[in-house]
Amino acid sequence: MAAEHDRGNGGHNAERGFRGWLNRRMGLDDLLRGALDEPIPGGARFAYIFGSGLLFIFISQIVTGVFLALYYVPSADHAHTTVAYITKQVTGGSFLRSLHSYGASAMVVVLLLHLSQTYIYGAYKGRRELLWLSGCVLFGLVLGMAFTGYLLPWDQRAYFATAVGTNAASEVPLIGETLKRMMRGGSDMGTLTISRFFVAHVFLIPACIFALLASHIFLFRKAGAAGPFDENPFHPVQKAELFYPRQVLMDLSLTALLIIGLGILSFMIPVSLGPPANPADTQFVPRPEWYYLSVFQWLKYWHGAASIIGILVIPSILVIAVLALPFLDRGIERRPWKRPIAMGAYTFVFVGLVGLALRSQYLDSHDPGIAQQLAKQNSEEAEYMRKPFEPELSSGSLAAANVALADPLAAKGKIIFEAQSCNGCHGDNGIGSAAAPKLTGVGAKFNTQKLEALLKQPSAAMTQGGMTPSDLKDEDLKALIAYLESLK
Amino acid sequence: MVQERKGKDMNEKPEVPNNPRDCEPAQNSEMLHSSAAGRRSFLGVLLGMGSACVGALLSVPLVRFAIFPLIRETTDTKWAPLGPLNDFSSLSDPAVRTIQIEQLDGWRRAISERAVYITKDPQGQVQVLSSVCPHLGCTVPWNREKKQFACPCHNAIFSSDGARIAGPALRGMDTLESKVDDGQLQVRFQYFRQLVATKEVIG
Repeated sequence: MAAEHDRGNGGHNAERGFRGWLNRRMGLDDLLRGALDEPIPGGARFAYIFGSGLLFIFISQIVTGVFLALYYVPSADHAHTTVAYITKQVTGGSFLRSLHSYGASAMVVVLLLHLSQTYIYGAYKGRRELLWLSGCVLFGLVLGMAFTGYLLPWDQRAYFATAVGTNAASEVPLIGETLKRMMRGGSDMGTLTISRFFVAHVFLIPACIFALLASHIFLFRKAGAAGPFDENPFHPVQKAELFYPRQVLMDLSLTALLIIGLGILSFMIPVSLGPPANPADTQFVPRPEWYYLSVFQWLKYWHGAASIIGILVIPSILVIAVLALPFLDRGIERRPWKRPIAMGAYTFVFVGLVGLALRSQYLDSHDPGIAQQLAKQNSEEAEYMRKPFEPELSSGSLAAANVALADPLAAKGKIIFEAQSCNGCHGDNGIGSAAAPKLTGVGAKFNTQKLEALLKQPSAAMTQGGMTPSDLKDEDLKALIAYLESLK
Repeated sequence: MVQERKGKDMNEKPEVPNNPRDCEPAQNSEMLHSSAAGRRSFLGVLLGMGSACVGALLSVPLVRFAIFPLIRETTDTKWAPLGPLNDFSSLSDPAVRTIQIEQLDGWRRAISERAVYITKDPQGQVQVLSSVCPHLGCTVPWNREKKQFACPCHNAIFSSDGARIAGPALRGMDTLESKVDDGQLQVRFQYFRQLVATKEVIG
């Protein structure tokens, strides 16, 4: 131990013991100090708590998501069964899934609050252009997470909502159809759609979020906290208070609120799962999650030639305007009541979005046909939730069940196959095992004479693998070959 | 506790005020902490402990979720029919029967087939043997000429009642629980641990 030497460095690194050693090696105290001693011009406020709230929900989504992936299988065959297994069988499965699902909604809510606070406080102004830009991209990525995650349970609701959602993409001029096929992995929704959405939800988008979140936090620390709206956006002048302890405590109060709120909600009103997706259902009325209701309603108004304006032009202008905001709005004024245009635009968009969502709800509840169908769908979902979990019959089992062989010779061959322990290595019904290759389809590979020759005199590679020459009587050998040829 | 400084002309960022922890006596623990630093570190410890407690509390459902397959009650394997007992009353060689066993494999139900042997134990009573070799789990066939079970994998040899004769297996072939119901012989299939001298059920 070079403790003497290390201690000789003096300063705050000179602590003794394990903590001191760890500090000298890792600089934990400096790291902690760097994280906690962020100066906040104008002092700590509850208005600034949303960013760390988002960080907490993001971490919660990662943890619950990773645990859900312990049981989830992304394929059209198994996705719904595995989610039903999680919801109905696994201890705490319904709770974790609800946390993940409500967490997604909470993410959107807190994100909107974070965005609104930044906008109303004019915190995008001055030195914080890149911070705003990275935040906008993060917003898009979170909406992408919500969109891709929604499909994964593969129940009726998820299937049809995503069918509509991906169809909307095809309305984009020129590349729309390609875009839709790219998202779906073909022209129809199917198992490739689940794979794509799963990869986007679990690998691609989270990777982008990690990168942008890191840059968002870096840019935040580089630019510094914006402070209250009477602070100078370029050169802060107000008295600063450090992030720790008061702001930390305020931030933690939101975290505590989120933990308690999400916990109680997930426990009291667990998220349900509907019947498995049935693409043949022509009655199903798809409805998106609440955060997509306004977009859903908006798309209803645009048809035919005009749809380019509604689906491409107006949203593009809106997105570009939002992205370019800190470059367009260079004024030093941050007080909301002195920024009538900015606040007017915010109110207009906000009221517009809420209005569209409410309009959609109003129309649904006032159309007797739709309202009745939606009620029916809800009751079907409740009914499905009441049913006990039904395990899926594995495909190998189906094959085994089907080998009530029509050909009596092959049936006899099957008995010989098992009596000779062929299945010990080649697996039940010749499905193969670690010890020996599968025999299904072997009849297509070799003709009867070749099979007989191989059984009597296995090739060098087969002998190497432990295959012994057959000493069966001719009629038994014939039966065995008939059975092998029946293995498809 | 609030760190304040006079507002003077600043550039990009306000300067970090003096941190009370910088004055913390690191080398001499007997020196008294300044009251602000004491409060700060006390709060820090409190927050750290609080977070640890909340974290531990939150990890309970996660752990329960993850260990579900270990604590789940295993379903009893069902009785599988082997045919009328009379069929096996005059056995010269062990009779082989294939039974279907249903296993819950997580969220799926797998039906697989296993061969079992119906033989006579040394007392002449009908017994059912698992065809899984107690050595390493190969399927053991009956050798009609030599009148013994011979495992093709590592040459474990068993007598017609399943007793170990030679080879690497540490015990004889495993008997399965069987019963006669209405003249019908039935068996309950189970797996046993391999490579041990005593029979231990594994699921």
